[in-house]
This record gives sequence, structure tokens and C-alpha cells, in this order.
Amino acid sequence: MAFLDKHKVIETNATLLMILSLLVVTIGGIVQIVPLFYLENTIEKVEGVRPYTPLELAGRSIYIREGCYGCHSQMIRPMRDEVERYGHYSLAAESMYDRPFQWGSKRTGPDLARVGGRYSDEWHQDHFTNAKSVVPESVMPPYGFLFNNLIDGRYIQDVVATNRMAGVPYTDEMVENALADFKAQVDPLGDFDGLEARYGEEAFGTPINVRNFDGTDALTEMDALIAYIQVLGTMVDFSTFTPVANR
Amino acid sequence: MCAKPIKKEPKQVETTGHIWDGIEELNNPMPRWWVWTFYATIVWGIGYSVAYPAWPLITGATPGLIGSSTRADVAAEIARVDAANAEIKASLVAADLNGIGTDPDLAAYAERAGAAVFRTNCSTCHGSGAAGFEGKGYPNLLDDDWLWGGTMEDIHLTITHGIRNTTDADARYSQMPSFGADELLDPTQNSQVVEYVLQMSGQDHDAALATAGATVFAENCAACHLEDGAGDRAQGAPRLNDAIWLYGGSREAITASINVANFGVMPNWNTRLSEDEIRAVAFYVHSRGGGE
Repeated sequence: MAFLDKHKVIETNATLLMILSLLVVTIGGIVQIVPLFYLENTIEKVEGVRPYTPLELAGRSIYIREGCYGCHSQMIRPMRDEVERYGHYSLAAESMYDRPFQWGSKRTGPDLARVGGRYSDEWHQDHFTNAKSVVPESVMPPYGFLFNNLIDGRYIQDVVATNRMAGVPYTDEMVENALADFKAQVDPLGDFDGLEARYGEEAFGTPINVRNFDGTDALTEMDALIAYIQVLGTMVDFSTFTPVANR
Repeated sequence: MCAKPIKKEPKQVETTGHIWDGIEELNNPMPRWWVWTFYATIVWGIGYSVAYPAWPLITGATPGLIGSSTRADVAAEIARVDAANAEIKASLVAADLNGIGTDPDLAAYAERAGAAVFRTNCSTCHGSGAAGFEGKGYPNLLDDDWLWGGTMEDIHLTITHGIRNTTDADARYSQMPSFGADELLDPTQNSQVVEYVLQMSGQDHDAALATAGATVFAENCAACHLEDGAGDRAQGAPRLNDAIWLYGGSREAITASINVANFGVMPNWNTRLSEDEIRAVAFYVHSRGGGE
């Protein structure tokens, strides 16, 4: 390695040292940074994935606040046992509107990536109130207090707008109507046509869940959290969608 | 004991020629093993990025020479297991629902496969032992008391389409009115009919109120729960004249159920489970003890 012995030339010439250092840092930087510009390529185009409705977004914030990710992952890995237990392995597109994603890495509880629609709202109410009442072997702490926390959605428009700033494609209309949509989703007897038109079947292919999620008259954190839980993994219709096989 | 320290002659090492305050900078080479390991990792890195998917390009990443793909791997693994089970699954789907139990091979497979499906999908509501959760509306599947019928056909239909869900048009459906909350019965009638239900289920009751309640029951409840309270499986109306209760059989619980009716929901499993899995778990549930 004779040329390596010539570093004295570089070490004794400050200008040359600076130029070559810059070159090395530039190459290193390009290798690390340029792939990020092509990140879109790694996300397969998938039909049906939509931004969360304002209520689901609020539920997601509660999910994060309560640290649910500490025990639950939202990432079904491409392995036979996981696919058999939880359903189709997760696709990148399914969490592309998550800011931040909730993939997690710890499974004290089960994976939740496809828990939506798997259990009834009533089951979730019982289970959040006291998990042991429906799963005796569970170690999940009780979250019944969520029934008592009323939410009025006074900041929900800001939350939606912030998500849009972070790159979630909420339209102007979605941001303007955030509060109305937030309240409409728990009132199946009210007028939820606007919510359905913005997020529902026509726009993204799947109808919105509009229900009284917590079974009480008030709009509570339990409503929001169950609304969020019930939409997880339900946006992509795997009966009509086949992922690219060789990724 | 201690030997005199022997002064070692420092190995003759090349110096860089730099001297500060009489201190010379030695030019010790890196250990050979370290240098060669370092070179080996570089070669390995290059080889890896050629062999495996690595470099992002304009439309996608380089696929890698050996064609590694986790998706293809998992698809192959699933296909391998499916192929191994294909024959028995096909005969399970082809079999007459009531004939599964008569074929020992089929029964053994359905029992085990059904147990796995049950533990994964059903145990959260019906309990890992299938005993349900009494008083909470999650039915016990071990007993003879069936809401929608306990034959293989009934169980199979219930699992396939579910109950009172909004996702399957063929789901079993019925709804009890909220007699109290919607003011279909006044509070007096309500308490009368509660006593009558307590009477027909053989519990302590107020006889006078129960007698009055019999009329209320006949006019309002008997259409679904039948005159003797035997229930009607065609409508999922529970049997009331026994000691098995879905939402509790105490005076308070019955009052609450009449006041605001319950609306138990079960998902349809036809979108999540394949026909052979549904048949296996139906067989498993049927053979728990209450199957008809």
C-alpha cells in the first residue's frame, strides 16, 4: 500500500487536506441523503388508504398519550405464523399517513395492525374498563377513566392542520370542517354526509364508521380511541388488492 | 517471592520523525488481524449490496442478484403448508357438515385446526375455554343453551355471517325494543314483568306482581320469547325459563335489560377466515359439549 504512505503530502498542505475532506464528507452525505429523495419508490401504491378522520386522529393522540405502543406493535411481519394469527402482513402504505408511525417493537399485548372490526365496540368498552373481565389472563391496565374524559374538539382543527403541514394530504375542506366531522362521527342519527363525502366510500373506497363508539351520550376519549382502534388495518381491501410479490 | 522486575528492551519501532519536548511519536502499525478484518468488511459490504436489494434508483431499488424477497419467502412458506394441508382441507370443505365427525381423520384435523382458529379469533370474547363471560353478553359455548341454534348448520351460519354486524348483509339480526327507555312499558308494568320472568326462571319473586306481569309478558314479550319463555332461536330470543343468563339474571340485571335492551354483536368471519377454517372451528365449537 505504497500510496497510503504518501499522506504526508496531504497532511502538510492545509488547502489540499480541506478539499479532500470536503470530498469525503460529500460522498458520505450523498450516500446517506439521496436515497431519502426516492423514499416514495419504496411505498407501494395501494388503494383505499386515507388520512384519519378528525375523531380517529384524536383517538390516535390518546393511543400515543397512554403509551399503548409500549406494549402493542402495529406491524405484522411477513412471516407465516404472524400472517396466520393477525392477517395479511402490513404494507408501508398502511402507515404512510401516521405522524409518527406506531409500528412499535414490543409485544406484551398482541399486534394491533389489523384489530379494526375484529371485536365489537361493546367488547372494547369492557376490555378498556377492565381487561381481565373478558381476558382473565391479561395484564393490561384499566383505562375506564377515558369514559369520564369529555372532549369537545376545540383543538382538533389545529391537529388536522399540523398533520397537513407534516405531509398528510388533508384538503382545505377537511381542515375547515374538522370540528364538524369530529362531532358527526359519533352521531349516527345526525347528518354525516359531509364526513362521508370527504373521507368515505366515494373518496377512498371504504365507508366511514359512524357510531356511538362508547355507548354513552357524551363525546368522550373512549369514543375517539375506539373509533381509532376500529379503523386500524381496515382501509385496504385485500380481496381485490394483491401486493407486488417480489418486494 | 516477587522477582525483580525485568526491564524489557522496547521493540525497535519506526518513528514518525515528530519530536515534542523530547517525546518521539512512534509509528506503530494497526494489528494485522484488525486491518484484514476491516478490509474484509468492505468486501463483504460491496458483495452484500450486489447480492441483496440495496440501492434505491429512480423507480425502485436494485433487486439484488440472488433475488431475495421476504414477500416471496412468506408466500412460498404459506404455499408449502397449504399444499401439505390441501387434501384434507378440500375434503373438509367437500364433506357434509354433519359427516365431519364420522371420518376419524377429518375429525382429528378439524378438532386441532378449529382449536387454533378458536384461540386466535374467538377466545377474546368467548374465553379461552369457550365458557363465555356470564352477565357480559358473551355466550357460553359449552352448554346446551343456544341463542341461534346449536346444530352444525346453525353454528356454521353464525360464524360465517355473524350477528347484528353492519358488515355482512346476511348477518343474523334481531333487536329487542328498549321497553323502559322508549316508554313502551310504564315502570309498574316493567317491575311486574320482571317478577314474572323471575318466577318463570325459578327465582325468588313477588307472586302478586308476577301474576300481573304474566299479562304484560303475553302482550309484549311472548312474540319472541314464546309464552312459556322458552325463547325462539329463529329470532335469537334467549330462553328465559332456565338459570342461564346472557346479561345476568338478577332482579337488577333483568330490569336493566328490559329498560334498555342489549344488542350483542358478533363479527362475520367469512372475510377473515376461509371456508375450511370456518368449518373446522364450527366443528370445534359443536364438539365442546353442547352441539346438537
